[in-house]
Amino acid sequence: MADQNISEAKKYLVFRLEDDEFGIEISKISTIIEKDMDITRVPKQPVFLKGVINLRGEIIPVLSLRLKFGLADNVYDEETRIIIVKLDDLSIGLIVDSVAEVVELDDETTESVSNIAGEQALDYLKGVGKLNGRIITLLDLEKIVILEEDAS
Amino acid sequence: MDMSQYLEIFIEESKEHLQSLNQSLLQLEKNPGDRPTLNEIFRVAHTIKGMAGTMGFNKMSKLTHDMENVLHALRNDEIEITADLVDILFKCLDALEGYTANIVETGNEGSQDSKELSDILSGLLANKKADGAKAPEQAKAVAPPDAKGDSGITSDLVLDQYETNIINKAADLGNNAYQITVRLNKGCLLKSARAFIIFKTLERHSEIIKSVPNVQDIEDEKFDFEFTVIVLTKADEEAIKKDLNSIAEVDEVIMKMIKEKNEAAPGIQAEETGVAEQMQALADLKQVVAQGQNKTDSASKKTKTGKTVRVDIDRLDVLLNLVSELIIQKTRLEDLQGIERTQQYVEAIEYLERITTNLHDAVMKVRMVPVETVFNRFPRMIRDVSRELGKEVELEMSGVDTELDRTVIDEIGDPLIHLLRNSCDHGIEPRELRKRLGKPECGKIELKAYQDGNNVVIEVGDDGQGINVDKVRQKIVDRGLLSRDMAANLSKKDIIDYLFKPSFSTADKITDLSGRGVGLDVVKTKIEALGGTVEVETELGKGSRFFIRLPLTLAIIQALLVMVGEEKYAIQLSSVHKIINITPGEIKTVQKQEVITYRNSVIPILRLREVLDVPGESIAEQKVMTLVIVKKGERLTGFIVDKIIGQQEIVQKSLGRYLSGTKVITSATILGDGNVALILDVNALAN
Repeated sequence: MADQNISEAKKYLVFRLEDDEFGIEISKISTIIEKDMDITRVPKQPVFLKGVINLRGEIIPVLSLRLKFGLADNVYDEETRIIIVKLDDLSIGLIVDSVAEVVELDDETTESVSNIAGEQALDYLKGVGKLNGRIITLLDLEKIVILEEDAS
Repeated sequence: MDMSQYLEIFIEESKEHLQSLNQSLLQLEKNPGDRPTLNEIFRVAHTIKGMAGTMGFNKMSKLTHDMENVLHALRNDEIEITADLVDILFKCLDALEGYTANIVETGNEGSQDSKELSDILSGLLANKKADGAKAPEQAKAVAPPDAKGDSGITSDLVLDQYETNIINKAADLGNNAYQITVRLNKGCLLKSARAFIIFKTLERHSEIIKSVPNVQDIEDEKFDFEFTVIVLTKADEEAIKKDLNSIAEVDEVIMKMIKEKNEAAPGIQAEETGVAEQMQALADLKQVVAQGQNKTDSASKKTKTGKTVRVDIDRLDVLLNLVSELIIQKTRLEDLQGIERTQQYVEAIEYLERITTNLHDAVMKVRMVPVETVFNRFPRMIRDVSRELGKEVELEMSGVDTELDRTVIDEIGDPLIHLLRNSCDHGIEPRELRKRLGKPECGKIELKAYQDGNNVVIEVGDDGQGINVDKVRQKIVDRGLLSRDMAANLSKKDIIDYLFKPSFSTADKITDLSGRGVGLDVVKTKIEALGGTVEVETELGKGSRFFIRLPLTLAIIQALLVMVGEEKYAIQLSSVHKIINITPGEIKTVQKQEVITYRNSVIPILRLREVLDVPGESIAEQKVMTLVIVKKGERLTGFIVDKIIGQQEIVQKSLGRYLSGTKVITSATILGDGNVALILDVNALAN
């Protein structure tokens, strides 16, 4: 039965920050790496911008979504991942607590942003996905990134 | 047919040819009688015409065709070279450049046609015809096609002394000279192609020493249906005739042996134009030879092709990136821990080091472009600007073969244009004033490039009025930038620095303070973005000189690695002046700025730990502190660091646009351990 829906459904990568689940369109993700490398701090940058890393010879800025969303920074553990997203020609790493799975969401299981309120990360919301009672906050990557650029 | 694949080549070659046209025209303007230059211009115009025609750019082709007609008349001394005429040729060049620019952008030459120019050009030719009685009309006088009609009798060609000599010499060697007139079938469509075949056929057994009309005209189909050549051959008359007659569309071949031993050949007329004709004949001869070698396409013939390959710059970038990766890995190998460093290991590493260094040098060399590619548009610009201003300015360029990395070359043009225009506009005084001051009326601007260590220096100097420091000082006060007292205390150098400030440059455009200031901040910003510096030396009444210092390459640099807290930073080695140890007692505070005395001068110092907000407790005042003294232009600044790691060859990597706003960092590099170290922006920090 899913066959018909697959074409319309979008695939999302689900990751966790604190107790919440977030989703990013999988088409925007170029890779996920374990946080086992040093992040080089860049001076004179907002706190959530943790610094830069070397990803196969390319210098990529990395930001902490926790700090971005006003959560407290935590200690990185073996669950911590950096999701490298690619928007146009810009690659950016997002540090998340852990990566859960890939889910498919279609129009029926997605609600637009206007129906929800009270989220901390509201500014960066694109919608909310519901899946078997789970609530997955879908992020608008462009907004996360563009706001950054304006801020800096 | 799909031409797009040739478009790139067309554009590249057109640019080259237009450049060479530009140079030749400038030379012609200086030296109107220079025949080789004229020939070169003709050749280039002809080549462009052929290329444009092949690509179907008819307007370009038409314009060059008209140019060619005029140039041809010039070569035959039918019209005279005047300043106006050179101007028109320059305008033609501009039009051609316009077409090319259009082609680059849109793939077609655009709708603008150059009818006006063409009209002027044909007007010039009409003038020629008007007093054509005086001018030796070679082609008509010698072989008037109509006059021959069906009679089959061809008049003798006019031979000049040079040709007569050749014929006589040849006769001594047992060669006969023939005058061959070939008449083509009236229905012949590709006359020039047919003529080409006839030439090739003749060349099989003979040497062509003259042709009327000349080869150029035959190629361009500027002949009716017949042409005459003089050949030297050992072959039998009949054999040649037979060969020629076997070519399709040849109606008639008339051969006549030329037997002349006497020096004063009967044909010698128009003694005055003899020299010109000789040159013409020589040029034609060369062309015949060239044609023989290059039968592919008579239109796009090139006299020589060097052993060069055109490579897309992107491919070179890929190559450079790979070399960069290699260097990073090499460094990593050197730094590997826990390996037994046997002699073999050390030797292998050293060998690898040598190879990577050489490889890097080689790749960098490939990317190097002589500054000439930027400089060569300046003579024209100076010419135009000085005319516009009614000044007489001479541009003297030297060191044009100094090489810079392609990426630098691409960026350096605009700042230089700016400085040159400035010199022209505000540096060089008006003619009358110069006269009054006892200076040569013709102002001089010098553009010099040379290598200095790991830098390339470009100097722009003029012998104009120099910068009036006091006026600038006044301006600083007037603009409310500083109080009168403060301004009075500024050194000459500090005053001049104000000219590079953005607030200053937006000032009234043509200022009386020798006008320097319009956009000098733009120049400075651009040069500094390239990792370079700008300095000025000026003397009132004597002139000013701008020094632009640029790094040879942007990609791979020698750097000093330092530790600040737990963080590693790189400082470009070329800006490091000295590393010294100081004690806390040496640090004094002047106006809240920490300074030390170094070699009898007071230099400001910065604690990098604080400036860069490095986390961690600052270590209690050590007994000895390490101070890295960097120089920015002539100014020294000291950076206090925690530890010196050492010198290393590093590969600069862009931080990307996401972090492009970071002030104190220029770029980053990847260290041997795979981690990223940031490269400090010495200029920004020292400010």
